[in-house]
Parts: sequence; C-alpha cells; structure tokens
Amino acid sequence: MPELQLKQLYDGFRDPRTVAELASQIKQLAAKLEEPVNVMEVCGGHTHTIMKYGLLQLLPDNIEFIHGPGCPVCIMPKERIDQAAALAQIPDVILVTLGDMIRVPGSEGSLAQFRAKGCDIRPIYMPLDALKIAQENPDKTVVYFAIGFETSTPMTAVLLEQAEKLGINNLLFHINHVLVPPAIDAVMADPETRVNAFIGPSHVSVITGSQIYQPTVDNYHTPVVVSGFEPVDVMQSILSIVKQKVEGRCELENQYERAVSYKGNEAAQQKVNQYFTVRPSFRWRGLGPIPNSALMLKPEYRHRDAELKYGERLPVKEIDDHKACQCGDILRGKAKPQDCKVFGRGCTPKPR
Amino acid sequence: MCLSIPSQVVELHPETQSVTVDTLGVKRTVSCHLMEEPLAVGDYVLIHIGFVMNKIDADSAAESLALYKEIVEKMEAADA
Ligand code: SF4
Repeated sequence: MPELQLKQLYDGFRDPRTVAELASQIKQLAAKLEEPVNVMEVCGGHTHTIMKYGLLQLLPDNIEFIHGPGCPVCIMPKERIDQAAALAQIPDVILVTLGDMIRVPGSEGSLAQFRAKGCDIRPIYMPLDALKIAQENPDKTVVYFAIGFETSTPMTAVLLEQAEKLGINNLLFHINHVLVPPAIDAVMADPETRVNAFIGPSHVSVITGSQIYQPTVDNYHTPVVVSGFEPVDVMQSILSIVKQKVEGRCELENQYERAVSYKGNEAAQQKVNQYFTVRPSFRWRGLGPIPNSALMLKPEYRHRDAELKYGERLPVKEIDDHKACQCGDILRGKAKPQDCKVFGRGCTPKPR
Repeated sequence: MCLSIPSQVVELHPETQSVTVDTLGVKRTVSCHLMEEPLAVGDYVLIHIGFVMNKIDADSAAESLALYKEIVEKMEAADA
C-alpha cells in the first residue's frame, strides 16, 4: 500500500464523487423502508457537516435529521453563564474560558459584554494556557470556566493535575462538563419522541470508546453508528443506518474505525475518574434538569472548586428559557428550528 | 469547538511531554499528557484544544479510502 499522506485524510473523506455514489446507494435502499428514519445527530460537529456540504439535499424524503443536544455551548443554561459573569466581577479574579463560550448570552449579557465593561475575562484556545496565566498573575485568582462533553473533560483533568504538581494554588475551576448518554436518555424518555436512529458523536468516543452507546441500542432498540465528521463519513453512516433498518436490525456500529475503538482512550478516562465524580443533577438549556448528567470535582479537590469557594456570591436563580422557547421540542424532533416563534426576536443566540 | 483535526507529528519533546504537529502547513506544539503509548515522528494524530487525543490508524484509513476508490470506479464504469 502506498504511504498515506496527511492531505488524503482530509480530501479522501470529502470526495464529492464518493458522496454522490453513497447518496445513490442510500436512495435505492431507502425505497424499501417501511417507515421514515429520523436520525438524531447528537453532536454539533455532524450538524455542521450536514449543513456545510448540503447533504440533506442528497437524501430522500424518508430520511430526516434531528439536531441533538450535543453542543456544549448551546446547552449551557443562562444561570451558569451568570455565575461566570459573577466570578469575573469579583476583584482580583481573572476568568478564563474557551473562546466559543464568551458570546453566549446569560440573563445579564454575555461574557464578551462583561469584558467590554472592564472585567478581566480571557478567551483561550487550550486549557493549559490557564496555567501560564495563573503563573504570571500570582496575586490574582484565575478561574477556569470549564465546558465540554466527554471529549474535553480529560483536558481539564490534566490542567488540574499540573496545577497540583507545580503547586500553582491560585487556579480554581468552575466545572460545567456534561455527559452524552443521560442527554440521549432525556430525549428518548419522551414517549412522543420521533428519533429512531442515532449518529454517535465520534470525538466523544475517541475518549470513551464506542461502548458508551451500547445501552442506547439495548434500551431503545435504535441503531447507533459512531461516525467521523467528514461528509463521506456521515454518508457512509447513514447508509449503515438505512441498511440496519431495512434488515430489521439495531446494532452499535463504528464507522470511524480509523480513530475510535470500542474501549477508547483509557489513560484519559483514568484521569477523568481521578478528579471528577458525577453531579446529581444539571440543568440543560432546552431539556431542563437531567439527573447524573454532568460532572463535578471530587471532594479531595474542593480547594480548587470556585463554585464552593465563592458560593455566597454566585447567583443560583434558575433562569428559564424564553416562555415560547421550543428547544425541548426541537431536540426531541417534534418541532423544527424554524417553527420557533421567538427565534431571532425574543431569542438571539450568537454563538459566533 | 468539538471538531478535532488530523495532524502529523513532526518533532518530539519528551522533556515537556509535548510534540510539534503539522496541520496542513500550520505547525504548533501540543501536549501528550493523555497519551500512554509513545508517539513517533510521522504518526497521524487527532488534536483537540491543545492535546493529542489519540493516534489515527493509518491502515484503517487507507483501507476505507481504497474501498471508496473502488466504489467510485464501479460507478464510473457503469456510467461509461
Ligand atoms: S430559537 Fe427558540 S428554541 Fe432556539 S433557543 Fe431560541 S427560544 Fe429556544
């Protein structure tokens, strides 16, 4: 086999002819479907691929996509952003967070707006940058506002591990790490949900392994295909789902074998288990409180927990979504985003 | 933020548990604190927020690409 070039890892999985051929195979097979397939792509990354490459237009009408709750920025309830803003207003606190987070509105404005008002809020691209900021500002307290699914939690664990190792004591954490399987359960718990197949977020599985979706398959009798993010990956995964449906199977499949194994990155899982434990409940934008759906620091690391240290100063009032918000119905496939009456009026989310 | 990107390892820095990777011409240094198995120059890896998440299995990728090539060739033969 000739040696693989990096470029092929991009172009090979974006090849329009392959996409077209997979589309025609899907079309042929989908003609045999007895009922429509409503595929939830849990992760925002897949949503992005489907939009960017116009995959929807290539698919027959009896295959529909439902965008799931898999974007850590979109599911953040306003009160957590309000807490971040409250932290940033404490004198001598530097609030650090991943870039995407700072434009999302809380009830009093986004972190970008608080920064414009003079709060020291610093967007970073990699969590380890927070170490340097803490080292360079020994007389301040640096709070890392940690967000992300299973994909991003191990990186926070390493940051904490390094801070402990190097004795950097002025680095604290506000943890908002959430878990995919409980969110899937919340979607499926609604008896009216129309979702009957899943494309599994692959980068979650790079860490956790494809194994975390086995209960989804077993409990809801739906196919789950863990898929890569390129258009060819997504089309191949849809073909697998349609095949399963036509043959009356529901199984866990891994389309993204080049990067995902059944067991995942065990070193990373171990680090997560060392520092984190399951939080009894977390409120999701659109879905409301979901039991055991997020993580928090273990008691041994409470000295690093900004939520505890500044507890009295953090607003705990739950801020509901707009009364007419339809996020919950959209996430269950009962409504489409364009059905929402407040979109662009009462609600103007600006993730970018 | 959840997209992680394929890159190639071009330099190793064991003293700092990091490597330099090349992402289609852009070079940067990322941490390998999440990697138990050692990395080598030339390895393909996925990067996410400054960390190597895993190694990409080049054989498996090549196998998929070969399969796609076959699919397309069949299609073109049928169209001709
Ligand atoms: S557009 Fe509608 S459904 Fe979406 S977040 Fe805004 S209010 Fe909720």
